[in-house]
Amino acid sequence: MTQEPILSARGLVKRYGRVTALDHADFDLYPGEILAVIGDNGAGKSSMIKAISGAITPDEGEIRLEGKVVNFRSPIEARKVGIETVYQNLALSPALSIADNMFLGREIRKPGFMGKWLRKLDRSAMETFARDKLSELGLMTIQNINQAVETLSGGQRQGVAVARAAAFGSKVIILDEPTAALGVKESRRVLELILDVRRRGIPIVLISHNMPHVFEVADRIHIHRLGKRLTVINPKDYSMSDAVALMTGAKAPEEPVAA
Amino acid sequence: MSEPHAAQNSANDYESALSSGGPSSVAAFDTHDRNFLQKLQHFLHSSPAAVPLIVLIMSLVVFGLLLGGKFFSAFTLTLILQQVAIVGIVGAAQTLVILTAGIDLSVGAIMVLSSVIMGQFTFRYGLPPTIAILCGFMVGAFCGWINGVLVARMKLPPFIVTLGMWQIVLASNFLYSANETIRSQDIAQNAPILQFFGENLRLGGAVLTYGVIGMVLLVAFLWYVLNNTAWGRHVYAVGDDPDAAELAGVNVRRMLISVYTLSGLICAFAGWVLIGRIGSVSPTAGQFTNIESITAVVIGGLSLFGGRGSILGMLFGALIVGVFSLGLRLIGTDPQWTYLLIGVLIIAAVAIDQWIRKVAG
Repeated sequence: MTQEPILSARGLVKRYGRVTALDHADFDLYPGEILAVIGDNGAGKSSMIKAISGAITPDEGEIRLEGKVVNFRSPIEARKVGIETVYQNLALSPALSIADNMFLGREIRKPGFMGKWLRKLDRSAMETFARDKLSELGLMTIQNINQAVETLSGGQRQGVAVARAAAFGSKVIILDEPTAALGVKESRRVLELILDVRRRGIPIVLISHNMPHVFEVADRIHIHRLGKRLTVINPKDYSMSDAVALMTGAKAPEEPVAA
Repeated sequence: MSEPHAAQNSANDYESALSSGGPSSVAAFDTHDRNFLQKLQHFLHSSPAAVPLIVLIMSLVVFGLLLGGKFFSAFTLTLILQQVAIVGIVGAAQTLVILTAGIDLSVGAIMVLSSVIMGQFTFRYGLPPTIAILCGFMVGAFCGWINGVLVARMKLPPFIVTLGMWQIVLASNFLYSANETIRSQDIAQNAPILQFFGENLRLGGAVLTYGVIGMVLLVAFLWYVLNNTAWGRHVYAVGDDPDAAELAGVNVRRMLISVYTLSGLICAFAGWVLIGRIGSVSPTAGQFTNIESITAVVIGGLSLFGGRGSILGMLFGALIVGVFSLGLRLIGTDPQWTYLLIGVLIIAAVAIDQWIRKVAG
């Protein structure tokens, strides 16, 4: 690729006591692509994703967003520059409504006196926005946007979480195991959602254990092993068993980093 | 985990059955046909203050039928409000803490210490009463702030923190006041503003003390804050799932500290109202207010696990306790029956809470 990566990392190191979770790991995400990140449990892929999304601060190495070095001290800082993450545990509050959840931490207040002095929330604006975003992603069979999230099914919750990320993530969306807890039918719908989001031009990092899903939607696959990037493969050139062999070390990569 | 040795083309095979089943809509938020019990469960899930309100109305009707005009007079009904005022205010503080999945055992002690500070600063040091009242508020907020810091920064369990704080504050209260009561006449003569919330409005037989009005305004204000401001929504989010709230961008520590501090501040307000209610400043007043406030909150349908319930429920819960105590006293039963029935109500309220939560499953 001749393009500049939108998000890249070089030489990331993260140690927890004596354990080295990240050992000079590199990472590149190009505009408009879906990059899957796979790796065995404990390979350090979640640590790398957490570093990129601001949940942890790496001990060494640098992260660049659109060529500029960034240092995130919290997920909120990453979010402010347009990197949205959908965590595996979803980060939704079950008792709050869909609209409340979408705007948690970035509420809209009413204009004028009510908002400025009584700090009243602009519920109708938030509800309209939430409704629009959900229908943009084809999730608009919702009757009641004020329904508590805990009354939704797993797939619906994932839909809300992805919609939230897509609504606010202007540069990068990171999805951590979005289909892990879902049934076949719901997974399918979420994968379609992911493709929808890419069609809108936002690059996606997809962390998944599910090889069929990864091979179906990913443009490139980043294979993580022993705390660093082993290689990047094109799913069209490799089979799933090759990918698993690389991931587990049963097979050595042909070239160190393919792009 | 996936199946590592599956052939690649099986990826879409096992899902091919889906396409034949028509469009799969995941986010169809359809409401299925439900039977009556499920509808009831759903209604109660979305309006958490409904159960205590129904119980309150039922208890009013039952006592009204048993006692007639003696109970259904403006005087009696407003008397219940007067007796509930302190618990209602402290219960408001307790509500905020319990919504964050905490508990505050020190509320009663903070209330008494604040009232003692207000009284002693006026009479021992000769400060103007308004300054003494401000000092009382500051001490209350400070105690709450310490609770908040210990819970949010030191990550200590709220139960333990406030259990310790309860003893510390109560002991400080006795040590500082030297167990002295300031007499009502002295206060009325020298610093009547301390008894401000004991004054009342009379409308026919109805007697509304300023304390009652203060309690109602406080609950209404907090209801607005909890439902219509970002801070209020964050209180629920923190109690519901603190990790999720943090990842969504809520500063959980700051929220907890602000909630406990506000709780302390409200307790100081309760201390001021307490002076109006009993007339004097007594370091031994309000010994069981912490338990009474937790009772009101639980009967009010708020979940002790946090994140669920309405502050209006707490007010209804406090009123239910008030109606039972006064009603049974008017009937002339042994007061122990009141405690027995309140015990039953507490357990019933938690059982109903558990049932309502199943709607989530």
